[in-house]
Amino acid sequence: MEKLRERAAAILADGTVSLVIGYEEGTKRPRPLFCHDGESARKLIFDSRCFHNLAVYLTKKELVGNGRFAVTATISTLRSIMQLYVENQLSEDKLLILTVDLSGTLREFVTFDEISAYVEQFELKRSEREQAILTRIEGMTREERWNFWQEEMSHCFKCYACRSACPLCYCTKCVVEVNRPQWINPWPAPVANMEWHINRAMHMVGRCTACGACGDACPVGIPIDLITRKMMEDMAPEFGYIPGLPVKKGNALSTWKLDDREQFIR
Amino acid sequence: METKYISKSGIEQWFKSIVDSGKRVYAPVNSRDQIEFKRVKNLSEVADEYVQTTQSIKASVYPKAEVLFSYEKEHGKVHLTDFNPDSIPETVLWKVHPCDAAGFKPLSAIFNWDSPDKLHNAHVQKTSVISFSCAMADESCFCTSVNGSPGNLAGSDIQLTMLPDGGAIAEIVTPKGEALVALSPTVFEADKGEDKTKYLVDLPARFSLEEVNAKLNKAFNSTVWKEQSERCIGCGACAFVCPTCACFDIQEDVHGSTGRRIRCWDACGFGLFTLHTSGHNPREHQSQRWRQRLLHKFSYMPARLNVVGCTGCGRCSRACPVDMNILEHITSIAEQ
Repeated sequence: MEKLRERAAAILADGTVSLVIGYEEGTKRPRPLFCHDGESARKLIFDSRCFHNLAVYLTKKELVGNGRFAVTATISTLRSIMQLYVENQLSEDKLLILTVDLSGTLREFVTFDEISAYVEQFELKRSEREQAILTRIEGMTREERWNFWQEEMSHCFKCYACRSACPLCYCTKCVVEVNRPQWINPWPAPVANMEWHINRAMHMVGRCTACGACGDACPVGIPIDLITRKMMEDMAPEFGYIPGLPVKKGNALSTWKLDDREQFIR
Repeated sequence: METKYISKSGIEQWFKSIVDSGKRVYAPVNSRDQIEFKRVKNLSEVADEYVQTTQSIKASVYPKAEVLFSYEKEHGKVHLTDFNPDSIPETVLWKVHPCDAAGFKPLSAIFNWDSPDKLHNAHVQKTSVISFSCAMADESCFCTSVNGSPGNLAGSDIQLTMLPDGGAIAEIVTPKGEALVALSPTVFEADKGEDKTKYLVDLPARFSLEEVNAKLNKAFNSTVWKEQSERCIGCGACAFVCPTCACFDIQEDVHGSTGRRIRCWDACGFGLFTLHTSGHNPREHQSQRWRQRLLHKFSYMPARLNVVGCTGCGRCSRACPVDMNILEHITSIAEQ
C-alpha cells in the first residue's frame, strides 16, 4: 500500500497525471477518493474491502478533465475499463491504471491487452450471495420469477442509484432523462418501474461485466445486479464469450456485420 | 400535555383498539432485510431492535406520486375532477422516531410557504403520530445537533418511552393524541413519576447550528463543494430517504381525451431537475447540486422558513452508495 501511495504521489508531482482516483477510509468502509496532490495521495488505501467500481468516474469529463489521469483498479474495475475501451469511451493515452496484485506487488497497465492478460487469470465466479439468490430464482417457474421481480421492483423509488453507480451507464442523456418525448413515466408505479428496469437490463445485455455496483448501490436492497449478471452468464456461451471478459470485436447485441449469415432468422 | 403510564398488556389492548377503530395503521416492519413502514393489523408484525428504517415516513404526508386533478375532454369542454381531501383515510403512524416526527414541520413549511398546499395539508390533518423515543442510535444519528433529541416531542401526538417492564411512559401532546387515548382510556394509568431521560440514548451534539449557518452564509463560492462532491454519483437516494426533502416534479399522464396531473418525487441532485427548456442548466455540475442540497437545508430554510431542513436522522448517510456523509461534511464546514 505504501508503494501505491508513493507512486501516486510521484506521478502527481511529476505531472504524469493531474488526478489519481482511488480509495480512502470512509466512515464505515472504504470509499472513493480523488487525489489532486501528493498530500491527498497519502490517504490512499487498497485492500479487499475496496468494493466501489471506480470506472464509473472515468467517463465524467467534469471530474477527469482533459488531461491524463490514473485510477486504482480492482478486478471488477479492470473488467469495466476493458469494456469502456471496447466501446471507445476511454483512450489509452489518457489513462494510467494502478493495482496491487495478490502478492502485494504494485502493477501498472495502460493498454487493453495488458489489462486483458492480467484479468484473464481471474475467473468470474458467483459470490455466495449471488449463488444463493440465483439458485432460488433459477428454481422458479416463469410465473414465480415474474412475481418475484414484480415484488422486488415495487420497492423501487427511482432514485437511479443503480444507473449512477454503473460504469457502463455513461450516456450523457439516459433514456429516463429524455423528456421530449417522455419514454418512461418518471413516477414510481408498477408499470413505470418495470419499464425502467427492463430498459436498463436490455441496455446492458452483452455489456455488463457483473461488477455488482448497481446492486450494492440500491438503497432499498433490490438485487438488481442479478438480472444483468444472469443475462451475461446466459449469453456468453451463445456468443463464445468468457463471462466478464469483454472482447475487442465488439458487443454481441450492438455489432452488425455484412457477412453475418443470420441463420437463426427463418 | 399529560403524562401517563401504560403497561405492556395495555399497549397491546390500545394498539388493537386503534386498528379496530378502522384507521389505517402504519408501522416499521422487517421485510426483505430492511425495516420499512408498512400497513399492519397486529402488534406482532412491528419490528424490534433496529436503529432506523431505511425510508422515512415522508410518503405518508407527501406520497411518491399523487394525482393533483384529473380531466376529461368531451365535445370541446373540459371536465375537471379536483383532488378531494375527504378521500384521504384516517391514518395512524406507530413507532415513529422523533427525528421523523420532527420532519413534518419543515415539510409543511415548504408546502405552505406561499399558498396552502391542499394535498399535503389533507394528509397531515388525517395523520396521527405515535412516536417512540430512542434508546438506540448509531454513528449516522445527529438529531441533537439540529434542535432535536432522542425524546423530542415536536411533531408527535403521543410519545411512548419504553420501560424495562415492557410498559411505557406515555406523553400525550396534542388533541389528536387525546383522541387516540380515548379509544382505550382505561389502559392509561397514572404517571409513575419515572424519569424519561434515563431511558434515552446519550447522543452528544456534534456541531453548532449557529456556527454552521454563519460559515454557510459565506460559503457559496467556496471550493468545499467541489471537494466534498467529487465522489457523489448524482443519484437521488439521499433525497428519497430524507424526511424533509420535498423537491417534486409535475407530470402529465394523458391517455386520449382523459388525463391526470401528477406530482411526484424529484431530487435536486439530478441534473434534469434544473435543466431549462433552452438547454441551459443553472446547476450544471454535481458540485453545484450538492451545494444546493446543503445550503437549502442549513441556510435557505432557516432564513426563509425559520426551520432547519434536517432532523439528523442520518438516513442519507446510510443510504449513500459512496459514503457522502452529511454529518462529516457539515462538521468539516463548521470546523473550517
